[in-house]
Amino acid sequence: MNTLATTATPIASPHAHGGAGVSVVMLKVMAALAPATLYGFWLYGWPAVHLWFITVFAALLGEAFCLRLAKRRAMPVLLDGSALLTGWLLALSLPPWAPWWLGAVGGLFATVVGKQVFGGLGQNLFNPAMVARVALLISFPVAMTAWVAPLPLTSAGAPGFLDGLLITLSGAANLDAVSSASLLGHAKAELSRGVDLLQSLSGDHLAHFLSYSGARPGSLGETAGLLIAAGGIAMIAMGIISWHIPAAMLAGIAIPAAIGHAVDPARYLDATAHVFSGAALLGAFFIATDYVTSPNTRAGQLVFGLGCGLLTYVIRTWGGYPEGVAFAVLLMNALTPAIDRLMKPRIYGRNRKGASLPL
Amino acid sequence: MGILDRIFGNHWGVHPDDRKRPAADLPLRRLPMPAHLYVPLQQHIGAPARPVVLVGQRVLKGQLIAEAQGATSAAIHAPSSGTVSAVGEITAPHASGLPVPGITIACDGEDRWLEAADIPADPFALEPAEISRRIAAAGVVGMGGATFPSALKLTLGKKSGISTLIINGGECEPYLSCDDRVMRDFAVDVVDGIRLMLHASGATTALVGIEDNKPEAIAAMKQAAASFPEIRVCPVPARYPMGSEKHLFSALTGKEVPADARTTDLGVLVHNVGTAAAVHDAIRNGRPLVERIVTLNGGAWRAPGNVVVPVGMLVSDLIAVAELKEQPARLIMGGPMMGTLLPSAIVPVVKGSSGVLALTAAEAADGDAQPCIRCSSCVRACPVGLLPLEMSARIRNEDYAGAVDLGLKDCIACGCCAYVCPSRIPLVQYFGHAKGELAARDRTKLRNDATKRLVAARAERLERETKEKAEAAARRKAERAKQKAAEAAAAAAGAQADSETTA
Repeated sequence: MNTLATTATPIASPHAHGGAGVSVVMLKVMAALAPATLYGFWLYGWPAVHLWFITVFAALLGEAFCLRLAKRRAMPVLLDGSALLTGWLLALSLPPWAPWWLGAVGGLFATVVGKQVFGGLGQNLFNPAMVARVALLISFPVAMTAWVAPLPLTSAGAPGFLDGLLITLSGAANLDAVSSASLLGHAKAELSRGVDLLQSLSGDHLAHFLSYSGARPGSLGETAGLLIAAGGIAMIAMGIISWHIPAAMLAGIAIPAAIGHAVDPARYLDATAHVFSGAALLGAFFIATDYVTSPNTRAGQLVFGLGCGLLTYVIRTWGGYPEGVAFAVLLMNALTPAIDRLMKPRIYGRNRKGASLPL
Repeated sequence: MGILDRIFGNHWGVHPDDRKRPAADLPLRRLPMPAHLYVPLQQHIGAPARPVVLVGQRVLKGQLIAEAQGATSAAIHAPSSGTVSAVGEITAPHASGLPVPGITIACDGEDRWLEAADIPADPFALEPAEISRRIAAAGVVGMGGATFPSALKLTLGKKSGISTLIINGGECEPYLSCDDRVMRDFAVDVVDGIRLMLHASGATTALVGIEDNKPEAIAAMKQAAASFPEIRVCPVPARYPMGSEKHLFSALTGKEVPADARTTDLGVLVHNVGTAAAVHDAIRNGRPLVERIVTLNGGAWRAPGNVVVPVGMLVSDLIAVAELKEQPARLIMGGPMMGTLLPSAIVPVVKGSSGVLALTAAEAADGDAQPCIRCSSCVRACPVGLLPLEMSARIRNEDYAGAVDLGLKDCIACGCCAYVCPSRIPLVQYFGHAKGELAARDRTKLRNDATKRLVAARAERLERETKEKAEAAARRKAERAKQKAAEAAAAAAGAQADSETTA
């Protein structure tokens, strides 16, 4: 500015900024997600890589399409990283060898219906990735539950780049050969057949289903549970998220699981199995903590996280689906406005009801 | 902080990069007197002062040039010796760039003080009211930026029974170090000023709150106050906005000020360290408040530091002697968190100017606002416990009543929310806009109510008048009828008499 000329537009204080930015936040979340994703790529090979790219691309495409319809410039919005992250989270919740159209439909659905229909970033009531996942699960239950056992990239039978592409584009030639149930699916199926958990999960079985190194069937985000948790803790350390939602959600799953298992081990899985299975860890650290769709006070976040955990346990244990994180998160998303309304911070000099403190 | 507060995250404020050094560590400088001084007549909360000098009149430094007008006002003195060259208007150091009444003095360069008369040998022998009178006569106002007339505050405090004086040495705004410098260089004067204010207000103890990022100031003040047990120097954590009156009060006493009360209702009066130094100068040296320490800081200054500036010196004159090394992206008066963007450099330094910041584009951190991602950083940063994201959403939709329900009127405009916002939403601008709209609505409502009252009164008057007229007409009619009847009776009586006489 010319210090002698009068400036045209007054700018309100503050005239300094802490340096936080939307895309910075998104980039940090992606960095926290990267180790688990790369490890998942190694475990499930090229088909998983292709599916990830297709899902992310579809999510970006959906976002760009809607922005064009709204006659807004797409590039600056795409660069904020939120659509990429939505596609990424969705890809982590899909079966790794799922066909391309599952990722494509899911990615488009996530950003178009899950996000842009509400008005774009910050306006959506529900977590876009989970909206898409639930839509896919209800529409294509078979494809969404066709899990494969890990076949690491370096192992002999692993499909190469082109074979992997073929698997993603036209489906595995003999999926039956590699398919396998996830722990939660297996437990539920066996229980419904009348086989109790003590038999169905005896000995080697449990080791097969509950390997901490990730050598177990499941989605990308499920198998690398420890890396997901490490990424989540890194986000807490960086101050991107707080510990409130993850801790409350995991407690909401683990506490009833521990009680149930203590009461009847033949009927109820233990807490470790619950926490390390399905999307519990991914959900607790990366999905339920979505800023837009979670409450804005710490107390509200504890209630929200606990609700997500309890509902997950209830759906897994007594519901029709073996996994319930997506449903639980969506149900709690719907309650978020109510939680925000009821759990406001106390204003300085006032009581919780907003009246001035007595002198 | 209790364990529950930790779990629920009830902490407040932000920890901005303070950027106070190296400017804070450099020795205080005096600048050459400029050719002209432009002294606004309103440098305080309340009514503008009334000029008592004429154009062409010779004045000495410290001579009264405008007297306080009304209960809430402050006297203005000549900041240097010279001739009054104009009594007119001056551009205010405010973003609006609107003119305010002011007096221009052409300096003679001698900077000669008015001979101070009547300096008390022992001010503690004076009546408290006399101390306050002298502080008022010296035109001392709150130096922290609020510029409330100090004597009035002391008098009001005396009336409401003050037990404790809190001296605000928090200086929580980044970049600023003028209070730091006052405490380091004039600790003895500050302590003396505090003792005088204790005497004037009737308080028994003084707590000096200083943020712990100023260890030199804490040490200097502790040493100066060592022989006065009634003055306690209390380091407080460096956290913005620690210098907010209510927050410093809470940090020092552990209590909370009720929303519709003031600290004085709890027996506590808050004054700034700079004010204490000004009080010392006024009572001990008979010198009114005509100059102050101003922090020059920000990346665009060639030599940042603290300078003694006469009130009325133009920022452009400051720039002429202290020099910029590049064109600043923003010129700010005050701190970066709550300071005012200057419309241009042709505005004067006033009694409440703590700093003149020349920020580079990188420091000013301009950026386009993006959509709110509801990260709730603002909720955690807000020192008052408000929901800035919800309030701004209401205000965007012109739902001002909704924003008020969420606590808009409790907002202190500290800027913490906008400072942490990753979407760079100008939240303070929203709140300022809404407060302005509400004030305008209140004014309109007052005017409408007054109009309504007048209309109603007129209607009533008209009605009364019509009624009175009707009554008067009826009365006249009745009188006429009576008169007629009387006349008729008289005529009848006359006729009878006539007939009788003829009979």
